[in-house]
Amino acid sequence: MDKFTKLTAVAAPLPMANVDTDKIIPAGFLKTIKRTGLGVHLFHALRYDNQGNERPDFVLNREPYRDAKIIIAHENFGCGSSREHAPWALLDFGIRCVIAPDFGDIFFNNCFKNGILPVRLPRVACDRLIEDAKLGGNARLTVDLERQVVVRPNGEEIRFEIDPFRKHLLLNGLDDIGQTLQHASAIAAYETRRRAEQPWAPAITAG
Amino acid sequence: MSATKPRTLFDKIWDSHVVERLPDGTCILYIDRHLVHEVTSPQAFEGLRLAGRKVRRPDATVAVTDHNVPTTDRRNGIKEEDSRIQVETLERNVREFGVPYVPILDVRQGIVHIIGPELGISLPGMTIVCGDSHTSTHGAVGALAFGIGTSEVEHVLATQTLLQQPAKNMLVQVDGTLGFSATAKDIVLSIIGRIGTAGGVGHVIEYAGEAIRGLDMAGRMTVSNMSIEAGARAGLIAPDETTFAYIKGREYAPKGEAFEQALAYWRTLPSDRGAHYDKTVRLDAATIAPMVTWGTNPGTVVPITGTVPDPMQEADEGRRAQMQRMLDYMALTPGTRMQDVPIDVVFIGSCTNGRIEDLRAAAAVAKGRKVAVGVQALVVPGSGLVKEQAEQEGLDRVLLEAGFEWREPGCSMCLGMNPDKLRPGQRCASTSNRNFEGRQGPGGRTHLLSPAMAAAAAVTGRLADVRQLVAD
Repeated sequence: MDKFTKLTAVAAPLPMANVDTDKIIPAGFLKTIKRTGLGVHLFHALRYDNQGNERPDFVLNREPYRDAKIIIAHENFGCGSSREHAPWALLDFGIRCVIAPDFGDIFFNNCFKNGILPVRLPRVACDRLIEDAKLGGNARLTVDLERQVVVRPNGEEIRFEIDPFRKHLLLNGLDDIGQTLQHASAIAAYETRRRAEQPWAPAITAG
Repeated sequence: MSATKPRTLFDKIWDSHVVERLPDGTCILYIDRHLVHEVTSPQAFEGLRLAGRKVRRPDATVAVTDHNVPTTDRRNGIKEEDSRIQVETLERNVREFGVPYVPILDVRQGIVHIIGPELGISLPGMTIVCGDSHTSTHGAVGALAFGIGTSEVEHVLATQTLLQQPAKNMLVQVDGTLGFSATAKDIVLSIIGRIGTAGGVGHVIEYAGEAIRGLDMAGRMTVSNMSIEAGARAGLIAPDETTFAYIKGREYAPKGEAFEQALAYWRTLPSDRGAHYDKTVRLDAATIAPMVTWGTNPGTVVPITGTVPDPMQEADEGRRAQMQRMLDYMALTPGTRMQDVPIDVVFIGSCTNGRIEDLRAAAAVAKGRKVAVGVQALVVPGSGLVKEQAEQEGLDRVLLEAGFEWREPGCSMCLGMNPDKLRPGQRCASTSNRNFEGRQGPGGRTHLLSPAMAAAAAVTGRLADVRQLVAD
């Protein structure tokens, strides 16, 4: 996983609420056994018409937003299906940060596993950033994870909150399985204790 | 946490599964059951392979194919190449990693959230995860069950744990008793209509109250299933005698003396009197009518006697634009009576409503009637065992005589990734869980409702009030 430290980039305004993960990547594109190559299908129904041509009015089909690395949206971004194909598609397109008032819980978790920073900010702050983003290429935003601020083009800083542990993993690009396995002896001790407390707990056997 | 402080059902399950609490409050949470399917697991197994890791607890893991599989005859394999590759990849992975697997032609195959409780794999007090958001279904047995992404699937396979922050507690209390022909589906659609699709974000919802206690396990699973549609991480219903009677004798449930020991533990799980909830919502079941959605998220719901709402009545500009977009997509005009909306397709099935009780409800409406001309109506049992039971009861004959199609088990038309899909512009009365744009197929239009209401739509050719078709 790539680390996330500080990102200065074009931000795409997507002032929609309830952007579900079916909208981010429809189920028809989940039949893959890889993580990569999904960027072309990102926001498929919003981005392409029925003939597969780009819809010129969709933000990611316009300059400079084809190069956007940040998306700013409204409430409940990434709700719905647990498909990690949603962050994979965002990442494959080049998106490293999504800013919204709140997120679907599973999508929120999935972002961190892929080096994408989801930033929760109040709706008024998101709306201000959306106005900034509409200015296009001359109005880049900076997202500084170390200092936990989003910097507007006018220099104003907006602070955001993040769990310290997740921040640590993201800043250092750490694989969290490796982190958890540092606690392998605690896991083994827990399993021993549970087997003693709940001898009735059944095992699943094949067949 | 002090031993005397009253705790919720969620608190109790959470506390008993914390392996270790990290300095910032993140917990390493132990996972008792991991359900695996073909769509969200290939990259996780590949990750294990690349890192040289094993599956830590194959005996706590079970795999099945459901999302991709066709619901017509499967004995000759799967025609669609990409679907077949995913299924074959799962079969290779379960062999390589020694994970128990329910093969596609096994009578126990079915939708992962149907077979977990059905086989007694999902038990009270457990933590249960699956790479699928409707894992919340299993909360109906009093387990903490939630959907995870593929990286977390890999994390659980490798460590049998997850890194989690505790959720907040939300109580949804449904008092009173349901009126005639109102069902669990109508309860949960009403709840989502009330609290909104983000109303439960960051929370685990515990459903309580007389109306919930009065539901059978199938109904409880329908309610818990759609917790995610309210944005909640999970839904929970305290285990009671209904739960215990359901579990007893199931394939993987504890037997004999072990069952009695388990029962003693399960009885300690319900929330303590005075336990703290961060949010409480109350509904009166008597006011809940058969419901139907009009828009493109599950919170856009009205009673079947209602009309398509008018965006001009919405004060907030953003919400007005959002409503207009939904009406454009759904090709609906404000003020239209929901009962005047014609439909093309009916889908009865899914992890929300694919159980035997759901099929009985549909068959009761279909009996002696005919599917309207021009309507395609699919009935897709949630599992092979549900299908077998339905056939023993003769439900298949009732439905086939009425002109419904009787299919093999799977996710089918819930999600548009197998051959059962809506065509652009088709309108579907569906017992599934999501009416998102394109969910049942690109350009398809979905109205969510209960199985009896779906059957009523099938035989009338429009969204219909089932209360006008069946006697009280």
